[in-house]
Amino acid sequence: MAAPAPILRMSGIGKQFPGVKALDGVDFRLLPGEVHALMGENGAGKSTLIKVLTGVYDIDAGEIELEGRPVAFSSPLAAQQAGISTVYQEVNLCTNLSVAENIFIGREPRRLGRIQWKAMRRRAEEILARLDLDIDVSAPLSSYSLALQQMVAIARAVDIDAKVLILDEPTSSLDAGEVAQLFTVMRRLKEQGIAILFVSHFLDQIYEISDRMTILRNGTLVGEYLTSELSQVELIGKMIGRELADLEKLEERPPAGEGAPLVQAEELGRTGAIQPFTLTIHEGEVVGLAGLLGSGRTEIARLLFGADHAGTGSLKIDGEQVSLRTPRSAVARKLAFCSENRRAEGLIPDLTVRENLILALQASRGWTRPIPRRKQDELVDKYIAALNIRPANPDQLIKNLSGGNQQKVLLARWLILEPRLLILDEPTRGIDVGAKTEIQRLVAELSDGGMAVLFISAELEEVLRLSHKVGVLRDRKLVAQMDNEGLTTDTLTETIASGARS
Amino acid sequence: MTSIAGLRDLRRRTVPPKYIPVLVTAGLFLAMFVAGGIRYENFATGQIILNVFIDNAFLLVVAVGMTFVILTGGIDLSVGSVVALATMLSASLLKDGWPAYAVMALVLVIGAVLGLAMGAIIHYFEIQPFIVTLAGMFLARGLCYTISTESIPIENPTFTDIAQTRINLGGDLSVSPSAVIAVVVVLIAAYVLHYTRLGRNVYATGGSEQSALLMGLPVARTKIAVYTISGFCSALGGLLFAFYSLSGYGLSAVGMELDAIAAVVIGGTLLTGGSGFLLGTVLGVLVLGLIQTIISFEGTLSSWWTRIFIGLLLFVFILLQRVFSGGSRRRTP
Amino acid sequence: MSRILKHRLFWPLVILVALLALNLIFTDNFFKIQMKEGHLYGSLIDIVRFGAPLILVSLGMTLVIATSGIDLSVGSVVAIAGALACLRISGLSDQNSVGGVLGAVGLALVLSVVLGAWNGFLVAGIGIQPIIATLILMVAGRGLAQLITDGQITTVNSSPYKLIGGGYWLTLPFGIIIVAVVLALTAFLTRRLALGLLIESVGGNAEASRLAGISARGVLMTVYAFCGLCAGIAGLMISSNVSSADGNNAGLWIELDAILAVVIGGTPLSGGRFSLSGTVLGALIIQTLTTTIYSIGVPPETTLLFKALVVTIVCLIQSPAFRTKVFHRRRRPMTARPAAEEKVRVSA
Repeated sequence: MAAPAPILRMSGIGKQFPGVKALDGVDFRLLPGEVHALMGENGAGKSTLIKVLTGVYDIDAGEIELEGRPVAFSSPLAAQQAGISTVYQEVNLCTNLSVAENIFIGREPRRLGRIQWKAMRRRAEEILARLDLDIDVSAPLSSYSLALQQMVAIARAVDIDAKVLILDEPTSSLDAGEVAQLFTVMRRLKEQGIAILFVSHFLDQIYEISDRMTILRNGTLVGEYLTSELSQVELIGKMIGRELADLEKLEERPPAGEGAPLVQAEELGRTGAIQPFTLTIHEGEVVGLAGLLGSGRTEIARLLFGADHAGTGSLKIDGEQVSLRTPRSAVARKLAFCSENRRAEGLIPDLTVRENLILALQASRGWTRPIPRRKQDELVDKYIAALNIRPANPDQLIKNLSGGNQQKVLLARWLILEPRLLILDEPTRGIDVGAKTEIQRLVAELSDGGMAVLFISAELEEVLRLSHKVGVLRDRKLVAQMDNEGLTTDTLTETIASGARS
Repeated sequence: MTSIAGLRDLRRRTVPPKYIPVLVTAGLFLAMFVAGGIRYENFATGQIILNVFIDNAFLLVVAVGMTFVILTGGIDLSVGSVVALATMLSASLLKDGWPAYAVMALVLVIGAVLGLAMGAIIHYFEIQPFIVTLAGMFLARGLCYTISTESIPIENPTFTDIAQTRINLGGDLSVSPSAVIAVVVVLIAAYVLHYTRLGRNVYATGGSEQSALLMGLPVARTKIAVYTISGFCSALGGLLFAFYSLSGYGLSAVGMELDAIAAVVIGGTLLTGGSGFLLGTVLGVLVLGLIQTIISFEGTLSSWWTRIFIGLLLFVFILLQRVFSGGSRRRTP
Repeated sequence: MSRILKHRLFWPLVILVALLALNLIFTDNFFKIQMKEGHLYGSLIDIVRFGAPLILVSLGMTLVIATSGIDLSVGSVVAIAGALACLRISGLSDQNSVGGVLGAVGLALVLSVVLGAWNGFLVAGIGIQPIIATLILMVAGRGLAQLITDGQITTVNSSPYKLIGGGYWLTLPFGIIIVAVVLALTAFLTRRLALGLLIESVGGNAEASRLAGISARGVLMTVYAFCGLCAGIAGLMISSNVSSADGNNAGLWIELDAILAVVIGGTPLSGGRFSLSGTVLGALIIQTLTTTIYSIGVPPETTLLFKALVVTIVCLIQSPAFRTKVFHRRRRPMTARPAAEEKVRVSA
């Protein structure tokens, strides 16, 4: 196949961090007018490759050519000026500035050094209009949702004269409609001959949008393939180096034994967060919550855990009326909550794995009753082994672990407390397939052992695979609750879409 | 197209509260002025406000520099010492017979260079601004004492002329050249903050330094620039202070960094950076000045009441800002 | 060897030893400790004795900074505690009555704790940034201290009160014993009990700590109140040593010295991990510096210059960015990146 000359070519790239070889002899090329997916588990070297390309890191070996000329960028700014723009997974904008400024800052329209505010607002509106967005561009970015902030980031990247656009997991905080919008924009850019490097954990999205993919594993190149010629099963096999059997095995779930009602929410609600809902969770039951981002999934979890105060309704635990003012009182009632936002609401980055693990237990005992060292060792060793946390060194700082292993430590933090209800908000988001499977299996085992689990996930398959009962949310309202018998993703999608009152 | 409708729904539901702190400060300033006018005779005159400008011109200039630094999320503890150093340098150089304008230029350059050095250390060696400017504070104060531990009078005719000149504004109103300089500094600074890239980069850096870096903004240049500006403003404030006091003394302006920070905070600028206006700082300085005026009008109050009153006011303002901006603030990640 | 070099107390220790060694050159018998009339004397003893208030304030400050806070008001609390104690004692009919002095001391300490708790309330209860919250008391506190003493320097003549800052007990200056007790108590609370873990957790990530069931509010209140207490004790020591209370100058700038001591000791201002022994080292460095300047005959006015110099050197040496940029560039260009990597990882 006669391909056009690549606009970007990286060859023999090597990058070493203290103790880790992040990249080793990786080749990569981007053709103009293609969407090229960069695939690999967490820790495969995707982020490092991108950061090397955009000048965040130096390279230790290899070379980079842009349009046939060797380049080495000293900073993201230099890369941007050369035509390589990046939109990162986390929204990297300044939320205190207005939308228009976020699109234009650093290259504002000026006359005699004076910023032309009116022209800037007008042009910002035009750019956003091309993305089908009609918002007040003079409002601060912080007044908009994460999804919208993400779209603004893309608008900024697109408007810079980009030859190469790098989208590093841009879709992880977008709902289906927004993803479709993004893809429309991506296709349009493709037609203009821009090369797009796309990273996403959602395989369906990869297959929908990408033309070609490069697969990395453990910092080395596995190969480059045309998307149309590689099946999903083959892809996963190449990414994780083992077969899909693990994922399949979970398909059969024993039906939930009808336990006693553990948590009963009656018309519980909070203005602006979630409309009053009624939900009962039984012992040993896995209740899944499905819905788009921002539909109120997380808000339900936070209310049940006392992280936010409920405005209306009542909550019963074991049939007894309770009022959860703080997470602390929820923990005392043997509830546990693993937040979706690991970095902001889970990890204490400067503490060790051990300290992160025992934190909730220590908190529940209060500071006057320390956990004896021997007991700590016992617990920590047990959970590191049980959850297969790597590296198995309790005195490692948790910030040095991969996302999947951090998530396991956070899970262990709660499992130590032997909670009766475990609330998991997107526990598998942004972690690699292997860790994902392990966490899913763990959830199944826990519920078999009698623990109730409230499982929130954006991936409908995952919800269906694990749950006994599924609650569907739409526009901050719990619209349906269905037993998971013969339920399919299609039914769920339809319920979410229609907001059916079934 | 439900998603687009959904996005529209997410349009801001409340007016962004960015102007509220400034409005509150303005309101309280007015209230104090009116209350003073009712309580004391000869208080509610234009000259009282002009006097506040005249007596606090140096503080205003210093607070302008501090505003730049605080907007980037930093802090500059060295300003008071740099003010003292500027008065000391001016006084001793003038005594040695240097021409007045050469002294002024030299002092301004030294202040800017000091700020530049601190900014460079803060940025390139990644040491907290608090500590670096603390070292700068010790350094400048120490330099004062090595020049002299005594107060040096200034007798240079240019300086004394400037000190005695009053510019008539018509009516019975007049201001000092220092006050005019301070107002010009404020206007220039407001223009820079609002209409130039440097100014917008200051806000961006204060909002999120990491994001600013990834957006390709010159964070290093911005951070170093704000400390340079602050150093320059402190030196200029020092010159104005020298005009005001006509002497150089190593112990002058002790604690002025606190007054400058207090003025900026009362003016509604967040110490975490990224939010605030220069107008707020001006109002903050005016409020501090008006407190002193009121206490002097009261006559029976001892001087330490000024401090207690400023502390109390800080508390009230901070609390008010918390009430107004706290509710709408996102849970910051 | 490299592990010793990387230990976070290595550089502070080197500086302290270097400073002490410098003294040895200029002062004969610098390290000599003598027994006179049942009391220990010597330059080393003096350093610890005069440094005692700073060590105390720094200990409280360490815990506050570990919660990613800061307490600017300690200097004011020092002044207030001294002022109140002296006021009460000067009002006693018998200034040498132990009971009366104990009452005055107790009252001053209770007020210090209340002032600390007030800071804690502003920070934890209302949610004001610590630097602003404590700025309030810093500004108002000196006014309060002068209000208590009515702007005068209150002098007392009380031998039981003199003991706190100027007396001896069991051959040692009483101040050193107080410091030892407070240090032991702090170490016990934080390291033997679990207060340290909770403080580091709240300082590392307050929201995550709340969701893990930690009562961040309680931890913060405890820490600020403790910091107030430490400052109060230091205030009593300072005023007892000179048998008077000066609302204007007592403890002036001690907050800056204390913050400096904490930072020199390796506790980052951003909170999280803290080191009590590091803080004690830091405070000793600052005190030794002052002593050194006197002993080598440099005019005392320039103390501040030297302080600036030492602050800069210590902070530069401790800054990973400085170390990689200056020491490693030529030898190993490729590994000169971990600092940058660190920076990115924090945000990623």
